[in-house]
Amino acid sequence: MKQKIRDILGKHGGLPVPVDTLSDDADLYAAGLSSFASVQVMLGIEEAFDVEFPDSLLNRKSFQSVDAIARAVASLVGNAEAAE
Amino acid sequence: MTLTVGSSLVERAERVSAVAAAHADDVDVKGRFPREAVDAMIAERLLSIQIPAALGGEGCSLSEIAEVCSLLGQGCSAAAMIFAMHHIKLSSLVTHGQESAWHAAFMRRVADGQLLLGSATTEGGIGGNLRNSICAIEVEGDTCRLTKDATVISYGAEADAILITSRAHADAASTDQVMTVFTKEQYTLERTHVWDTLGMRGTCSDGWLFKGEAPKAQIFPKPFAEIAAQSMLATSHLLWSAVWYGIAVNAVSRAQAFVRAAARKSPGVTPPGALRLAEASNLLQLLKSNTIAGLREYEVAKADPDRLSSMGFAVAMNNVKIASSETILVIINQAMLICGIMGYKNGTPYSLGRHLRDAHSAQLMISNDRILGNTSNLLLVHKQDTSLIG
Repeated sequence: MKQKIRDILGKHGGLPVPVDTLSDDADLYAAGLSSFASVQVMLGIEEAFDVEFPDSLLNRKSFQSVDAIARAVASLVGNAEAAE
Repeated sequence: MTLTVGSSLVERAERVSAVAAAHADDVDVKGRFPREAVDAMIAERLLSIQIPAALGGEGCSLSEIAEVCSLLGQGCSAAAMIFAMHHIKLSSLVTHGQESAWHAAFMRRVADGQLLLGSATTEGGIGGNLRNSICAIEVEGDTCRLTKDATVISYGAEADAILITSRAHADAASTDQVMTVFTKEQYTLERTHVWDTLGMRGTCSDGWLFKGEAPKAQIFPKPFAEIAAQSMLATSHLLWSAVWYGIAVNAVSRAQAFVRAAARKSPGVTPPGALRLAEASNLLQLLKSNTIAGLREYEVAKADPDRLSSMGFAVAMNNVKIASSETILVIINQAMLICGIMGYKNGTPYSLGRHLRDAHSAQLMISNDRILGNTSNLLLVHKQDTSLIG
């Protein structure tokens, strides 16, 4: 799952650095993720995992890191193990 | 100096508003700082009302501050806007600075000395997006240094301290920002642009080359991204809306005085402007409702950082700003139609030229197009709030 998330980040995140250089817990906002790009990433993830983010997950924290995104997605697909 | 003991906040604000109103035309014509109004704010100790009582302030809510903004806006838009901008900066200190010893002590200094806080978030080359910086703060030992080509620092020459954004370090991404407090003796300003504008002339928002050096403890401990989302975004949209509401109230009051004067001259005949006045009153109420709803939403959300950073909250605040900034122009134009040439002309009791010019800044200070662009992006994932009462 995290690789898929990283692919989406690479495609839509508009990050000034390659996603591979960031650890799973690296702060994506500090790495240059803009609020515009974060929405594009959310859309990419909704499409890829066939999920819909409820408003309760639409905040900065859910998209702070690859780990955080994986947790958010896992909570939606109903499989906590999938986050690993 | 006025003694403030025993006066309500509204009474204190009304006294300042009267001083501001007496000088508003001169401030506008000369494009000068509203010194008398700001001195009156200092005398009434209005610059520290937001600071918690434990740090020497009065712990006022944002709604109370908005009420003061509106009262001041009825007297002088520039003085009201300066008051609003000062409190927007203060909201960042109150929300994000209380756990930092330096920032807490600084709040006490602001209260004791009634210091006026300025803001430097814009920079040549960033295209108006304050969530981007080019300049970077340089930390060496316990000292930080910053040079910034700040294309706008409102009342920069008059501020006692400036809260300034920059990249967090030399290698940081443009969105990885921090905010730092520099006090007057810690920086120099070299004027690069003169603020000669259509309206809001008294805010003296000149451009400056800022050079500062200070202890690094003065850097806010939280990233600017959080400060922007959790205090600046909401407080600026709400307090500005309150200022604009105040400008509109004064315009409608003038129009009403015009209609009433006409009605008294010919009893039994409804003056031609009466119907338009009813329409203006209707729009004014809409503007008021919009501002109050936004303030209520903020007061509910403020204890919850997640909610303050949520998309739903950002959409709501953006909408408050768009609606207020567009509606005031319609209202003041309506007032102008009612007052006719007497409104168009300067120096009459019904003059509205200054109001109209000042109001035109509302759609531009943080461009509505930029805000609508931001909202439209958020609405790609955020679902529209379908509740009425919330």
